[in-house]
Amino acid sequence: MSLVELHNVVKRFGTNTVLDRVSLSVEAGEIIAVIGRSGSGKSTMLRCINGLEPIQEGRIVFDGETVNDPATNLRKLRQRVGIVFQSYNLFPHLSVERNITLAPRVVKGMEREAARELAAGALARVGLADKIDAYPDQLSGGQQQRVAIARSLAMRPQLMLFDEITSALDPELTGEVLKVLERVAGEGMTMMLVTHEMGFARRVATRLIFMHQGRIWEEGRASNVLAKPRTPELETFLDAVLH
Amino acid sequence: MQHVCGGRRIGTARMKYTFNFRDVWSQWDYIAEGIGVTLLLAVVTMIAGLMIGALGAAARVYGRSWLGVLVTGYVEMIRNTPLLVQLFIVFFGLPSLGVRLDAMTAAFIALSVNLGAYSTEIIRAGLEAVPRAQIEAGYSLGLSGAQVFRHVVLAPAIRIVYPALTSQFVLMMLATSVVSQISAPDLFHIASIIQSRTFRDFEIYAVIAGVYLALALAFKLFFAAIEHFAFTRR
Amino acid sequence: MIREFALNDVYYLLLAARWTLALTSLAFLGGGTVGLLVALLRVAPFAPLRIIGAGYVNIVQGIPLLAWLFVLFFGLPILAGVRVSPWIAATVAFSIYAGAFLGEIWRGCLRAIPRQQWEAGASLGLSFVEQLRHIIVPQAVRVAIPPTVGFLVQLIKNTSLAAVIGFIELTREGQLTTAATYRPFTVYIAVAAIYFAICFPLTQWSRRLERTLRVAR
Repeated sequence: MSLVELHNVVKRFGTNTVLDRVSLSVEAGEIIAVIGRSGSGKSTMLRCINGLEPIQEGRIVFDGETVNDPATNLRKLRQRVGIVFQSYNLFPHLSVERNITLAPRVVKGMEREAARELAAGALARVGLADKIDAYPDQLSGGQQQRVAIARSLAMRPQLMLFDEITSALDPELTGEVLKVLERVAGEGMTMMLVTHEMGFARRVATRLIFMHQGRIWEEGRASNVLAKPRTPELETFLDAVLH
Repeated sequence: MQHVCGGRRIGTARMKYTFNFRDVWSQWDYIAEGIGVTLLLAVVTMIAGLMIGALGAAARVYGRSWLGVLVTGYVEMIRNTPLLVQLFIVFFGLPSLGVRLDAMTAAFIALSVNLGAYSTEIIRAGLEAVPRAQIEAGYSLGLSGAQVFRHVVLAPAIRIVYPALTSQFVLMMLATSVVSQISAPDLFHIASIIQSRTFRDFEIYAVIAGVYLALALAFKLFFAAIEHFAFTRR
Repeated sequence: MIREFALNDVYYLLLAARWTLALTSLAFLGGGTVGLLVALLRVAPFAPLRIIGAGYVNIVQGIPLLAWLFVLFFGLPILAGVRVSPWIAATVAFSIYAGAFLGEIWRGCLRAIPRQQWEAGASLGLSFVEQLRHIIVPQAVRVAIPPTVGFLVQLIKNTSLAAVIGFIELTREGQLTTAATYRPFTVYIAVAAIYFAICFPLTQWSRRLERTLRVAR
């Protein structure tokens, strides 16, 4: 059984159809890179997988549970799906430690000491062990994103979603975040990344998906898809992005 | 009712008036009692008002539409009618419905309900100012709605509206003077008692005004200190 | 002799509401004048003037309105030798009080005008007063209307305190009616309803003005 399955998912915002019968299946351990123009539905697809956005038609199944079923306990589900957003949504009023330990303590009932150790471990994985008592406004954009990754990792999810997490960063800070992503991928995490980093996608992703007008337009091994686009839309897109 | 008769002067002869504050100072222990009651009213009202405000604001921003309508109705009724009239309704009006309250209880209720309405509006603005992205991050971590509210939204919201909220609190402390009109033994009521004893109308109210001013300043400093220690780090 | 609360009483309450509005108008005129002065003092380029303005606002706002009413009611005859009726005491007290609050609101509006506007005026050779008159104030007035209308509502509610020094307005009439009919709940609810009928439309108007202002920016 696949870890994530989308069956003919349709998502509309008012009269605007953002996802147009999208079907996809993701196995455990896969690294999926999702590319496409803005408005093609990529971020929305991610946000539907952890239930942040409801869908109008179709089914989304995570590890056997139907996400869009009203009876599903989304809270429990979200403990197993981590998501990192583009705009750093660290909680500015909490220290790095408290940002990371908030969910483990409040949702899982972890003790303070154990949580702090957990946080230290997660921060070590992203290379920021010394920043455990800092506050978000004292960190650079790249550091904040790495803390955001650590915060999601601390909940030990089965799946990690990344929504253009380097797009808002200064170019010189992107590298440190991509390195962390490679490391997490190397540890066997199942990942879905919406990204513009083609080089990274080619190197690290097991599969690449190109979305256009709410549909999966092309899909396949990253190196193949990028080297030999089969549709004019992908060609145009790659021209614009890779110029 | 207050001393209307004592105030109506018919003749225009300008009397030679000697200010005598000593009579007022001699009643200092009564003034101190009055200060105590005023402070008690103020502090309890602030706490109750804050809680009502947080709940009301949460109901408005996150609750179902009917709950929001209820809260809006409450807020609009309180904000468009005078505190004095609200006080009279609670103290003089409720007994006709079978609810008999003593002056202090009526005072607490009327003041808290009043401050709660203003606080609801202020805190609501704060809640709406917290970026949506933070809230989504909270939910995505598996936090429940109540947990997101408590850990992610409430603290930043209060920090944003802290100045507006605390000035409203100081205004409320001064407004507690209206409870003198139902004979609750607050500072202002003590003033009228001392007035009837010493007949030093002007002096007593001038002194009381000064005491209120000092109290207002004390509260402002207190709130500034809280802001410094709670919200400013290193 | 106790009489029943009847439509007649509502009529008298409504009549008394006239005095509420009259006092509010006087207070607004007086307070507006003082407020203008205070706002100008607080933005003056001369520090002592600013301190006087700030001092006035802090002192007036730090004393309850009831205290102002009483201090003036008992103090004016002594200090100024004027015969004091509730009208005079109330008008003076409310003008002083409103002046502080309006001054603060209007100061905020003056300060909301970006510094560049002042600089543009200065580079054209205008004096401080001329900049104020031709550039700043016209823009500030637009910004000032919503909060001023909002404060007007406060003023209307505050006039209820004048009842305490015997001024006959809506609340005082309510007290007298209660004494005559022994129906405090009905009477005060009616009084509240009349205040609401006056204040709520103004509150809504102030909100609408604020929204159009925000859209316009």
